[in-house]
Amino acid sequence: MTAVAQPREITAPRTTSRFSRGLGRVGVHAGVVILMAIWLIPTIGLLVNSFRPAQDVASSGWWNGLFPPYNLSLDNYAAVLSEQGIGDAFVNSLFITIPSVIIPILVAAFAAYAFSWMSFPGRNLLFVAVVGLLVVPLQTTFIPILRLYSGISVHFGPLNFDTLNGEFLAVWLAHTGYGLPFAIYLLRNYMGGLPREVFESAAIDGASPVVAFLRLALPMSVPAIAALVIFQFLFVWNDLLVALVYIGSTNAANSPLTISIANLVTSLGGNWQLLGAAAFLSMALPLAVFAALQRYFVRGITGGAVKG
Amino acid sequence: MDPRIGTALTVLIGVPAVLIGYIYLTEIVLRALPERYKPRARPWLWLLPALAFLFVFLIYPTIGTFIRSFRNADDTDFIGLSNFQKFVSSDTTLIALRNNILWVIFLTVFCVGIGLLIAVLVDRVRYESWAKGVIFLPLAISAVAASVIWKFMFDYQPPGEPQTGTMNAFIGLFGISPVPWLQIDTFALNTFALIGVMAWMWTGFAMVIISASLKSISAELLEAARVDGANEWQVFRRIVFPLLLPTIAVVSTTMIITALKAFDIVYTMTGGNFNTDVIANLMYKQISFGDFGFASAIAVVLLIAIVPIMGVNIRRFQAQEAIR
Repeated sequence: MTAVAQPREITAPRTTSRFSRGLGRVGVHAGVVILMAIWLIPTIGLLVNSFRPAQDVASSGWWNGLFPPYNLSLDNYAAVLSEQGIGDAFVNSLFITIPSVIIPILVAAFAAYAFSWMSFPGRNLLFVAVVGLLVVPLQTTFIPILRLYSGISVHFGPLNFDTLNGEFLAVWLAHTGYGLPFAIYLLRNYMGGLPREVFESAAIDGASPVVAFLRLALPMSVPAIAALVIFQFLFVWNDLLVALVYIGSTNAANSPLTISIANLVTSLGGNWQLLGAAAFLSMALPLAVFAALQRYFVRGITGGAVKG
Repeated sequence: MDPRIGTALTVLIGVPAVLIGYIYLTEIVLRALPERYKPRARPWLWLLPALAFLFVFLIYPTIGTFIRSFRNADDTDFIGLSNFQKFVSSDTTLIALRNNILWVIFLTVFCVGIGLLIAVLVDRVRYESWAKGVIFLPLAISAVAASVIWKFMFDYQPPGEPQTGTMNAFIGLFGISPVPWLQIDTFALNTFALIGVMAWMWTGFAMVIISASLKSISAELLEAARVDGANEWQVFRRIVFPLLLPTIAVVSTTMIITALKAFDIVYTMTGGNFNTDVIANLMYKQISFGDFGFASAIAVVLLIAIVPIMGVNIRRFQAQEAIR
């Protein structure tokens, strides 16, 4: 490394000729453009078809929609929203997702603060256990929780059910449990990196831990919390398995978008214009959230890439 | 008014209020304690909600599933290792196991290999952020939506009909007759098609992490090598690649776990038919059939496959802590 730091006379690069380097530049551009095309074409194809009428989709390829007569409309979107129940499923997805994001992040924030700024016996061991739980497959938890839920029967005010299975609450609680290890891990790594002096001087000024947590630790951790919000939002909004297990493929009234669309794949078969419209409706919100908060997301995964 | 709006408001305002209220409550509880117990009791009160959730939703059920894997379908009797015997002696489970091995190997190799290639290539162009955004975008959508997109890509019409699926239309340009991609299980072609869909989703993840690591390599170091006469390939092979190896290892473990847990794409695209089943889908099917003993045994197999990775993660975490 010392050789690098030393200033030295740089002679003309004697590596490759200008021609072959130019060829290299062209190769790089061609490679990148081809890869971008491979990544974009599947999405564009279905997107174009989602605006075309059924008879066009069945008789000619999607690329014909790019040339006159275009014959494009929003009819398929209107059709899936009303006739195929995608509108209701969209609302259900919101109902499932929002609490499933808020609860685990708040619960994790308490724990992360305790792990970062309180000392207690067994702290490291307990945190190692959390790291271990990061990769536990959800499959190993389904059956006992299903049994547990089926024994919970509540008839109190607006809460009225004989079994927790099929209720939104069942999914909220499950997603909280499943999301916690990663949320605790990421928040603790971030909160633990905050400057110690801030918390020490707060304690000297007589601030209780609750005040230090709400006024200092939480506001200072906003970048990590933003990353977590995106992760958990995308995970829950896009989740199929947890919803299938605890809500069930038959409880149509509470089905999120993922279950509804998976069912449409079977029932609508080759009606790509409708399937496409449904799929793009389900993608709209995550893509918007993602585009708005992308830098937090990238920082989050490059910072804590251990999650399974 | 839709009664759900009431529920929504209750949840949106009520849940955070209850949780913040809990933390204030701990201080009231602590006030009742003698002074010297306060610092000892406080951390446990702050950890209590998290530990309760972790116990009820991860630890207790994992133990429960383990015990259940030795019991019969109705949970009335211990049957020893019968469920596992059924696992290793049935063709369906063995095919699922084989497919999962293919998933682990090829999903990891695709995502890490192409992710590395893209990270290195886009480092040299001005539209880098656009290119990365395009590759990264599929990570934001659901596997169900990705399945719809790709089921359309693979769409097959009998020869003679107009091929509206992109892949078959494309090979048709070269005079090749249409291929039912998702139904041909020769050389596990359909399983590879499914792995390709997952790779389309996850390559962006590998690329972003490898790219961040690539940016942290000192430009002076690379320039020095070039001045000393190394060509681009030698610079990559001898300097860049070895420096990226730790990152590649981290990404690979994540991809292995993702491959082991693969479910949504198989469920949506083939339902596990045509010999494309995987362990996670098999387990879900057994839950819907009601054979909880066998379903538990399948879950235990999955857990056993993941335990070594858990160990690797813990060791890596402890190494990181040591240098903090």
